[in-house]
Amino acid sequence: MIPVLETRNLEKHFGGIVASSQVSLSVARGARHALIGPNGAGKTTLVNMLTGVLAPSSGEIRLDGEDITRLPPHRRVRRGIARTFQINQLFADLNPVEALGLAISERLGTGTHWWRRPGSRPEVVAEIAALLDRFGLADVRGVRTAALPYGKQRLLEIALAFACRPRVLLLDEPAAGVPEAERHEILAAVAGLPADVAVLLIEHDMDIVFTFADRITVLVNGQIFVDGPPDAVARDPRVKAVYLGESRDGRAP
Amino acid sequence: MKTDATPPAAMSESAPILPAPLDTAIAAQLAARGRWSPFEILFWLGAVSTIWLLPDHHLILTEIVIWGLFALSLDLILGYAGIVSLGHAAFFGVGAYTAGLLARHALIGEPVVALLVAGLAGGAFGFLTSFLVLRGTDLTRLMVTLGVALLLREVANRMAWLTGGADGLQGITMQPVLGLFRFDLYGHTAYVYSLVVLFVLFLLARRIVGSPFGLSLLAIKGNPLRAGAIGIGAGPRIVAVYTLAAVYAAIAGALLTQTTAFTSLESLSFDRSADVLLVLIIGGTGHLYGGLIGAVVFRFAQDWLSAATPQYWQFWIGLILVVIVLVGRDRIGGWLAPLRRAGDRLVPWRGGRDGGRP
Repeated sequence: MIPVLETRNLEKHFGGIVASSQVSLSVARGARHALIGPNGAGKTTLVNMLTGVLAPSSGEIRLDGEDITRLPPHRRVRRGIARTFQINQLFADLNPVEALGLAISERLGTGTHWWRRPGSRPEVVAEIAALLDRFGLADVRGVRTAALPYGKQRLLEIALAFACRPRVLLLDEPAAGVPEAERHEILAAVAGLPADVAVLLIEHDMDIVFTFADRITVLVNGQIFVDGPPDAVARDPRVKAVYLGESRDGRAP
Repeated sequence: MKTDATPPAAMSESAPILPAPLDTAIAAQLAARGRWSPFEILFWLGAVSTIWLLPDHHLILTEIVIWGLFALSLDLILGYAGIVSLGHAAFFGVGAYTAGLLARHALIGEPVVALLVAGLAGGAFGFLTSFLVLRGTDLTRLMVTLGVALLLREVANRMAWLTGGADGLQGITMQPVLGLFRFDLYGHTAYVYSLVVLFVLFLLARRIVGSPFGLSLLAIKGNPLRAGAIGIGAGPRIVAVYTLAAVYAAIAGALLTQTTAFTSLESLSFDRSADVLLVLIIGGTGHLYGGLIGAVVFRFAQDWLSAATPQYWQFWIGLILVVIVLVGRDRIGGWLAPLRRAGDRLVPWRGGRDGGRP
């Protein structure tokens, strides 16, 4: 079976700095795939290349076997790859209903309708309602995003990406910076994602990674260091060395 | 959500035949965005009442309406799509000269048709130049729009055989509007005509900015990175709204020519581009009324200050501008917020921005 998302020898250089090198990653359909690695290992660079925010220096990205390496971000979203951001990227002046309505309208191709009022289509309204319910945003549906509690903003991050109905969902540290009391809500939302959506999760918290993932890729210095099922990765002495005896700049031993 | 393989328990109940309460609330919240507030109704009633209440001021009121329409057009790109421009007079001028030439050479005598043709001409020019503002920072956009306007002004200056050059386009005689209403010396026809055009174009703009398309513009302005990440392709939408704004600006320019039977290089000048930005900033961007309120304030302030201190009125205008920009969010629209909130209380329930708050 073709992997839903695949990269072949993906490279990214910033001047003389190599941010990604020979990354050949394969995400299976419906996978719960975690991407881990020390700071500066190139995780976010990889996500940015997968979503089209950064153009790779060389290599190839395939979504369901189709080459998407050169597509702009919004076209990749329509092909079925959506993401969240490590640092919130939301619409500060819109409320959750408006933001979700936007994402849904784009997917349905009605986002350019200039004569219609938002909310005039019952199927869009019903979908907004379902998303608000699923991500615990119903109570704050009319609050400006900038005024939402941080935890709710993180949930809206995931909800917006999920509203695109992706085949692959890239979650870049979804619980980063969230106070302990609100964490469980986000983790529950991540755990509750439908099984047919492949999830690629970037996360530092090893507890989350090992409860969530059925496959783990360890990235070090822009390269794939180890790739395998969680128990194999956990036992791997090289991973232990990176994580336990890790030097500050993330250099591999 | 029928494609979900494993819907959680909370969701399986949310697809009954009757709309769920949450659905109704969401639909109401979205509908509230487009509802007319008492403030808006009062604003337009006030505008219409000036036809009878201020018959001696129709000349200056016509000017205000035209400035208002021009600033509204800038608001479409600046307030909704976040595109700054220092050359918006280019489109104003295209409209002004198109209307002038159509009337002068008796190509299209009827003003309303000529107005539409002038709008199309401005739109065509806007469409062609929109590709220049697709990329780049605010600074590059400022420079590109400024450059285009300067270029166009110089072209108009050189083509004196067509435009009259520095002397302006003279010898324009206007036909009656719709073949019925003759332009009079006191500007009554001109005012009603301009006000009707403004209102119609305002309604259209209001509809557009409140639509899914208008929301997507706000998304592009608010966070281009996220807009791309939910599938919004910014390019074509910026082209569309820039073209629309150019149509509006050209119609404003054409109105000025038609109501004054004259146009000159001033309509293409840098001063005009700068003034319209000033008018819009005074009134506040991003709520359509900013340009209209700004035009009233700007024109009366100009009138009043130049009467009070003939030599220094620009000093005071400058000071006002600095204060407004520094005070920032407390723009004139914001100062009226208590009034608007009082108006909102008259309506039983409004969702709007604060809909979810207790």
